Amino acid sequence: MTALLEVTDLVKHYPIDQGLFPRLLGRPAGGVQALNGVSLSIRAGETLGLIGESGCGKSTLGRAILRLHEPTSGRIRFGGTDIVGLDAPGLKAMRRRMQIVFQNPYASLNPRKSVGEILAQPLRLHGLAKGGELRARVGAMLESVGLRAEHAARYPHQFSGGQRQRIAIARALILNPEFVVCDEPVSALDVSIQAQIIDLLDRLKRELGLTYLFISHDIAVIGHVSDRVAVMYLGQIVESGPARAVLRTPHHPYTRALMSAVPRVDRGDDRAERVRLTGDLPSPLNPPPGCRFHTRCAFATEICRTTPPALLPLDDSRMVACHHFPVRPA
Amino acid sequence: MTDHPMPEPLLSITDLRVAFATRGGLVRAVDGVSLEVRAGECLGIVGESGSGKSVTFASVMGLIRPPGRIEGGSIRFGGRDLVGLDPAAYRRLRGREIAMTLQDASTSLNPALTVGTQITEVLLAHAEDLPAGHGPRRRAARQRAIDMMRLVGIPAAEGRLDDYPHQFSGGMRQRMMIAIALSCRPRLLIADEPTTALDVTIQAQVLELIAGIRATLGMSVVLITHDLGVVAEYCDRVAVLYAGQIVESGPTAQVIAAPRHPYTAGLLRSVPVLSDLDRPIQPIPGQVPDLVDLPEGCRFLPRCALAHAACHAAVPMRGLGAGRAARCVLAEAAP
Ligand SMILES: Nc1ncnc2c1ncn2[C@@H]1O[C@H](COP(=O)(O)OP(=O)(O)OP(=O)(O)O)[C@@H](O)[C@H]1O
Ligand SMILES: Nc1ncnc2c1ncn2[C@@H]1O[C@H](COP(=O)(O)OP(=O)(O)OP(=O)(O)O)[C@@H](O)[C@H]1O
Ligand code: SF4
Ligand SMILES: [Mg+2]
Ligand SMILES: [Mg+2]
Repeated sequence: MTALLEVTDLVKHYPIDQGLFPRLLGRPAGGVQALNGVSLSIRAGETLGLIGESGCGKSTLGRAILRLHEPTSGRIRFGGTDIVGLDAPGLKAMRRRMQIVFQNPYASLNPRKSVGEILAQPLRLHGLAKGGELRARVGAMLESVGLRAEHAARYPHQFSGGQRQRIAIARALILNPEFVVCDEPVSALDVSIQAQIIDLLDRLKRELGLTYLFISHDIAVIGHVSDRVAVMYLGQIVESGPARAVLRTPHHPYTRALMSAVPRVDRGDDRAERVRLTGDLPSPLNPPPGCRFHTRCAFATEICRTTPPALLPLDDSRMVACHHFPVRPA
Repeated sequence: MTDHPMPEPLLSITDLRVAFATRGGLVRAVDGVSLEVRAGECLGIVGESGSGKSVTFASVMGLIRPPGRIEGGSIRFGGRDLVGLDPAAYRRLRGREIAMTLQDASTSLNPALTVGTQITEVLLAHAEDLPAGHGPRRRAARQRAIDMMRLVGIPAAEGRLDDYPHQFSGGMRQRMMIAIALSCRPRLLIADEPTTALDVTIQAQVLELIAGIRATLGMSVVLITHDLGVVAEYCDRVAVLYAGQIVESGPTAQVIAAPRHPYTAGLLRSVPVLSDLDRPIQPIPGQVPDLVDLPEGCRFLPRCALAHAACHAAVPMRGLGAGRAARCVLAEAAP
């Protein structure tokens, strides 16, 4: 099994403005450690679901993979090519094969351009179509995301949130990419519309043979769309593996807490049995030493406060980064 | 238990109609909403964006401003009629008896004042049991502020009294809003999407906090949310809003186990469930109707798989017994 995408030890630190920001926050100057040694691989045709709380680095990872952000260090290989080393023309060619759908369908579409112009732009940029052929491709793309070819003449504000997300998906797919980063594509939408978009992404994936990195903070959504999942906490992956296995028997205390915090229509009266997490997510400006989760972990011991646990394989498909879980035979 | 004679509910809204005059026409945001909140209970309000959840309760708080207008109906709270209440009486009521935390915590705290100032101001204006005299009053208010901040789980509360809102995380700001809302021990707390912007682990903390305080203070809670899971876990009863109308109401467990309105059933089928990942997510096709141009019949008709001829005429809410009701011609038929 060859990986389509292989990320190795990716690090991204955002520099911090040395003036106002640290003083306002009362925190030491330095960088925001958004990604700290992230490794993952995605096989052709699979969906990798990335879960984690706000600010843990999910979008940073998605954007770094497309080199919309320059990584501080680490390696990204896509279809055998080293993305980090690409020059501008190489990157432009690569961008045809890798696309992204952003979280906020209100902010991600240019309000001054018609939907037709928004969809035509990538085709023009890459010199792939013009004139009647271009219009035909735009129309066909709109239809395949459940809109109508006539919608090309309208402007983004004339559409609902769900329809705008369809437009954003159409824009990402019009170049026939192989790989799409879906960065919280349904988080801003109403439940009934969320389901429509998930359905659409799933159908397009099957029809076009796409590979997804699907980012969400909603574990139930992730569970439904993913073949494999990776759980992220403060810039690191703490657990990964086949979606069903991880969500049926989560090992890492953070994965367990996250799953247990999800309010569920089917829980009945066992709310009391929850694993409760206290406290807020620590600042990525100054992450805790040792296991980054130890400040909120009910099982933390001395070693957790001093030594970072490595992400170790459990079997040939699962990985966990915890000193104590799962309990391994001596 | 449903057959006991009930005392008058704490809050009862009858046939409320609220409209906004806009350039595109009259937006009928709330169109004939009736509901009750009893003493000590938690009522969940669910519905999609724009269905009228916030406007309904902004009406209760007396916060509808032009171009919005309450066009009809009554709102009774603790035996008083609130529609048309004079502004001074409303202000007293808002501070002491009903409190609402607004949807967006980041805009409802004043960024220029410390959190301590904001909570003590509310206490000084409304708390009735503070000692007399400027100094003692202030000291007592400050102590009460610290107690409230502790109650909502803000660590080292004394030290954070002089912090500004931006120095708090999103979850802490939301908890601070709840602390301010609860500082005068209201009989009714209206929490408008208190956790929508928060992570699940923080959401769980905030919801547990509200549930705990409700139990301790015996207060009633209205929890506005679009998350059926939140309703299932925290609310005794639920009302489902669709395009300005309640389409289904009843005890939460029963509504979720056997919904009687196709919209409620559709919502339940469209949410992914962790315990049954193999069950496909089934979207509701189409989208919500335009509130300026509403059909006369059932508002869910264009999206409903069960629609037939009778649905084109106006559909009233139908009582189904056991505290349940639904606005569907098929409501009585077993699902
Ligand atoms: N351009 C930037 N400059 C400085 N810091 C940034 C920048 N972008 C992100 N960060 C910081 O990096 C960390 C990770 O951010 P990121 O957006 O990747 O998180 P996320 O997991 O996508 O969160 P969310 O769920 O809220 O979208 C955060 O602490 C964030 O504040
Ligand atoms: N000031 C206003 N002017 C015009 N229309 C308004 C105004 N306030 C609310 N509305 C309209 O009233 C309707 C109901 O709005 P409301 O805020 O109650 O929705 P909601 O159910 O709370 O939605 P959300 O989940 O997005 O908070 C919407 O269609 C909205 O556009
Ligand atoms: S390493 Fe320790 S602190 Fe980290 S998750 Fe495991 S038990 Fe908790
Ligand atoms: Mg993000
Ligand atoms: Mg609202």
